[in-house]
Amino acid sequence: MSQVISIHPDSDFKDRSRATLNNPGQRKNFRGAMDFLQEKRRSQFPDQDELAGLRTLGESIRRYSLARLPQLLEQLEKNLNANGIQVHWAESADEANTIALNIARKHNARTIAKGKSMVSEEIEFNHAMAAAGIDAFETDMGEYIVQLAGEKPSHIIMPAIHKTKQEIAALFAEKIPGVDYTEDVDALIKIGRQVLRRKFAEADIGLSGVNFAVAETGTLCLVENEGNGRMCTTVPKVHIAVTGIEKVVEKLEHVPPLYSLLTRSATGQSITTYFNMISRPRQPGEKDGPEEVHLILLDNCRTQAFADEQLRATLQCIRCGACMNHCPVYARIGGHAYGTTYPGPIGAIVSPHMLGLNATYPLAFASTLCGACVEVCPVKIPLTDILIRLRNEAQARPGSVDASLRGSGAGRKALVSTIWKAWSLVYSRLGVYRLTSWFMSRGRDLSPIQQGAWTRCRTPLKPAPKRLRDLLKEIK
Amino acid sequence: MSARDNILGRLRATTTKFPTLPDVSSWYASHRRDEDVAQRAARLRAALEAVHTEVYDTNESEWQDLLLSIAGKKGLRNLLIGTDTAHGAKLEALHQNNLKLVRYEHAIENWREQLFDEIDASLTLARSAIAETGSLILWPDASEPRLMSLVPHIHFVLLDVTKIHADLHSAMRAENWQGTIPTNALLISGPSKTADIQQTLAYGAHGPRELVVLLCHPAGNKL
Repeated sequence: MSQVISIHPDSDFKDRSRATLNNPGQRKNFRGAMDFLQEKRRSQFPDQDELAGLRTLGESIRRYSLARLPQLLEQLEKNLNANGIQVHWAESADEANTIALNIARKHNARTIAKGKSMVSEEIEFNHAMAAAGIDAFETDMGEYIVQLAGEKPSHIIMPAIHKTKQEIAALFAEKIPGVDYTEDVDALIKIGRQVLRRKFAEADIGLSGVNFAVAETGTLCLVENEGNGRMCTTVPKVHIAVTGIEKVVEKLEHVPPLYSLLTRSATGQSITTYFNMISRPRQPGEKDGPEEVHLILLDNCRTQAFADEQLRATLQCIRCGACMNHCPVYARIGGHAYGTTYPGPIGAIVSPHMLGLNATYPLAFASTLCGACVEVCPVKIPLTDILIRLRNEAQARPGSVDASLRGSGAGRKALVSTIWKAWSLVYSRLGVYRLTSWFMSRGRDLSPIQQGAWTRCRTPLKPAPKRLRDLLKEIK
Repeated sequence: MSARDNILGRLRATTTKFPTLPDVSSWYASHRRDEDVAQRAARLRAALEAVHTEVYDTNESEWQDLLLSIAGKKGLRNLLIGTDTAHGAKLEALHQNNLKLVRYEHAIENWREQLFDEIDASLTLARSAIAETGSLILWPDASEPRLMSLVPHIHFVLLDVTKIHADLHSAMRAENWQGTIPTNALLISGPSKTADIQQTLAYGAHGPRELVVLLCHPAGNKL
């Protein structure tokens, strides 16, 4: 049903960006959606002092949890095991898929109902299952639409944000047997509800992500509005949860502030319809719920970010998407242009660890460094500082102390490095500076007419006819 | 070396500065409103109604009739109730004919199709609620299983008005969740919804399309 589209970023980033920029319909969708989400978030935080206090609290909880990460993961594992939930560790996407596949094979599973999970997108779960002949189907309305269209999510919270209701109406009429074209949103949702209810009832396994994993109680917390997450974690006989290792918090009481920050920052809701806390498989006497619950803890190079004090802040993320909702670049180029599972500012700082800086460094440059993301981040991740760091890493000389990441130095260009070296030489030696600036001002008419991207829509740059030094002399 | 050892090994290879334990309690203490039962109930009601939830004031002796009249207006054929619950027994004692009461007696595997295809509505108890966000707290168990609050199209919830907490943090603390957390604990804040199609809000995504809260005041209280 779904076709594979390229998710690896490369020099195509600019082409994909241009494709959206030249598509007025898409631009309107994104602009409208971003304005809507920004306004919704703003309305949730009328009290700036409360917001500031809550963000500080959220940041301190995330930093505290990361500082104790290995201990908390062990505590989580111990308590989950005591509760009867089986814990698996995966270093890579492939390992995570293999673990899930082995569980599926043990149960002769043919179908897997999926709740919304960005980690499952990250590991390309659906394709791995399809390759093994297992139908992993999305049940979140947005993800369902995206899967039906053979596409990828363009936003981490609202996967089908790039689609209009007309496009969805046409998609449903084309792909779902017996469905007529309707643009009525209630009718479209009703269609999705009917199709998926049948599938929930028949699914062999339910897959979900995790929003917060609580170490002290061995509890997996899931945040959602639709109820599909609860279906996936309650109806099938087996529930597999998959999460990044960074999602653990120590105490149950650490959850309320993070949950509040998450829903208010993400969609501007004071709370979601459902908050689902799972601590055990079905117990004797209980009449529903899965008989087996598994948790897959995924590294996928999160430990690389963890090892660096500055980059560790990347792992504070609670995946609210506020950074992309407020990003002037994301609003214009949309989520698909990034070519990564996680788009927007958070995608630009998290993807280099998963895919290597060599494959992702253009994303670090896809920012005006305006800092809107930093202002709205509910856990105060210093996104712009990290973007600058990644830019430096991308241009570091391979093997030097500045090159600490997988793929560092991949963005290094000999001409650019030489120009900056010359620049540094000129600006650190007074005599050379004077001489150079004299030649520049006198030879200004030799400036090139074509100055790359600059002159595409601007007049060429020319040095001033007189240097500041010369002007000051005239004043005297 | 297992994946577990490798991951933990890499994490342990990094020394991290230990920040102090975040003081969540004092933050909530300083942001909590001083309010009585009626004020909390009013906040809960406002938050629930803002997300299309029907809220009715009633009391211990009158909620059954109220429920039956709402069920009649909605044209419900049947109502799923739990097993061995006091409120279920009260309804069964009424012996009325228009609304068939169905008990959740068997494991889901034995009647999955019937639950999905034939049940119109359900009634469960909420153990408590949260005023700030308009949330009902449910701890499903053997007598009132998890799917009761998810699969039926309409979900009725009985809530004792004296059990409304100010916020999630105080609910967790007051009820000692940390020591007693069940198989599944739920917050439910309205009917199932989605805004995944062009940010247009639609109710009745995968869970109940309608949520009806019967707010039970102490018997004899004037409503």
